[in-house]
Amino acid sequence: MSVVKPGAEAPEFTLRRADGSEFTREDLAGQTTVLVFYPFAFSPVCTDQLSLYQDVLAEVEARGATLYGVSCDATWSQTAFRDRLGVTIEQLSDFEPKGGTCRAFGVYHPGGFAQRALVIIGADGVVKWSHQAPEPTELPGANLIFDGLKLAG
Amino acid sequence: MTELGSAPVPELSVEDHVGGPLDAPLVIEYADFECPFCAALQAKLAGRRLRRAFRHFPVRTSHPRAWPAACAAEAAGLQGRFWEMHDLLFADQARLEDPHLWERARALELDLERFDFDRRSDAVRARVARDFESGVRAGVVTTPTIFTTSGAYAGRVQRAVLDALG
Repeated sequence: MSVVKPGAEAPEFTLRRADGSEFTREDLAGQTTVLVFYPFAFSPVCTDQLSLYQDVLAEVEARGATLYGVSCDATWSQTAFRDRLGVTIEQLSDFEPKGGTCRAFGVYHPGGFAQRALVIIGADGVVKWSHQAPEPTELPGANLIFDGLKLAG
Repeated sequence: MTELGSAPVPELSVEDHVGGPLDAPLVIEYADFECPFCAALQAKLAGRRLRRAFRHFPVRTSHPRAWPAACAAEAAGLQGRFWEMHDLLFADQARLEDPHLWERARALELDLERFDFDRRSDAVRARVARDFESGVRAGVVTTPTIFTTSGAYAGRVQRAVLDALG
């Protein structure tokens, strides 16, 4: 299984926002979306990744894109993680049914967590660009997001 | 908007802070003064025959004092004391608040007023941002990341990597 390819319609999915409300494919309409799939809240590697993305977030937003963190952690853990890091990046939880969205995007790791992957979806709901790290320990640089946004045009 | 798409790590330029013999193996380091692994790297690099270039990679979200510290180093650099300030910053990472930066500037006998003006100036901020952006474009995510003739190494740098440089 590998990450969904450009040109494909974004799959149907349901994630949970911090307040427990649903976040689905309908929420992507009309905006460029960057989904950052990461393995675990609080693991040191994810921490570096989201901290760096936070520091370039204004540049992502300047390109008209909204960036979300996605993991299989529960919303409470994600919120604690976000507070701990001091990041404002909204977190979306794929906790129940566990990994349902990760499977739909082709990024569910057999170890029970999200692969480290980036997916950019256009305002039309079509996947414009995707990237999966060769190993979960390998961090995709923020440069890749900007490469992807350029292609997403 | 700032261009942040992929680009190779920039070659050395006159803007870079470079130390060590001209013919020694080159190590380009992206680091931040509040990062403990970066301080550990300084100890590993010390005493080796290397040509070193230091570039700033302060990540605000993880290290709130990394930016002020980087700007302080640049301001000291404008008075010809970049590496001395670099060493003093890494020597005591628990003390990076403004009064601690002034203490270091005093210890280096810098012109304090000028130091304080420079470290808050747009020019110095832009100088630090240029390093950060070049690091982002080269795919730096974590500190320290070093670029050597044999490749890029992120995080805790193994002594063997440095030993192999000669």
